[in-house]
Amino acid sequence: MVYGRSERPTGLAPPPVVTKILVAGGFGVGKTTLVGSISEVRPLRTEEDLSELGIGVDDTTSVEHKRTTTVAMDFGRITFPSGAVLYLFGTPGQERFWFMWDELAFGALAAVVLADTRRLGDCFSSIDYFERRDTPFVVAANQFDGSPVYDSADIRDALDVDSDVPVLACDARRRESVKEVLIASVAHALTRHQAGARR
Amino acid sequence: MTGDELWLDREAGPVVRPYAVTRGRTRPPGMAVGLIDVVVSAGRHSAQARGLGPEHRLLLGMCGAPMALADLASEADLPLGVVRVLVGDLQERGLVTVVASAGGSQDEQVLRSVLDGLRAL
Repeated sequence: MVYGRSERPTGLAPPPVVTKILVAGGFGVGKTTLVGSISEVRPLRTEEDLSELGIGVDDTTSVEHKRTTTVAMDFGRITFPSGAVLYLFGTPGQERFWFMWDELAFGALAAVVLADTRRLGDCFSSIDYFERRDTPFVVAANQFDGSPVYDSADIRDALDVDSDVPVLACDARRRESVKEVLIASVAHALTRHQAGARR
Repeated sequence: MTGDELWLDREAGPVVRPYAVTRGRTRPPGMAVGLIDVVVSAGRHSAQARGLGPEHRLLLGMCGAPMALADLASEADLPLGVVRVLVGDLQERGLVTVVASAGGSQDEQVLRSVLDGLRAL
């Protein structure tokens, strides 16, 4: 094992712009695909002590003897020419991992709720979460082959999201489409921020 | 969680229990480092590094150039919570400094810079 040298003057460097966007949605909706379309996907795991973090959140009735739980997640990183870095974190889908969400959402620029129009109900809990937290989010309906195509207005009605929340169709496999979704989420965050500042 | 879930090989977790390398501590000594806070080696050596474990040294070596906590955990293949405790130890000894990440959706300049970056991709 070779350890890198760690002598490097760092005092003068400006603080880096390091940000994140969350990608939420039900299990199997294409979160990892979306992240992988625009950045290299890397694994991240956490091993959390349920006795501290899961109280009142995690249903531990079936795992009484398990004190820690492993959460495997994926994340991606986009580095812009300016040096700014954007991380994309896919939220763990299962409800037993809710305790991770607060950490993931803390300080996030925006969130993308990825929806499967065949199972819209799977993303209700994500929408509830971001509404409660006041995190700016967009809804992106991932177009699966053979899934019915609905227009955004119908999806908006079905999800009952506020009229200012962008709802758009996307193809999580296509980089350009994912780029549009991310742009929409940050643009929405900016619009909301500016509206808030005027109030 | 369903009771009949099978965890095999990597899924079942490492042979050494994850928090063994932190000597059982699940919380860092000081303020917890955020997921995308940037850790960088302070460039000090020897005396402050005495008594550090191999994982401490691994992480210290990795943040010769600034590294976000999530990147450290991913590249060291250690659980995030464990890395947070170890980085907390390094911070306490003055071996690394931690720079908090940007201000999220409340910072117009940050939003604009990311938006410009995305549009130019």
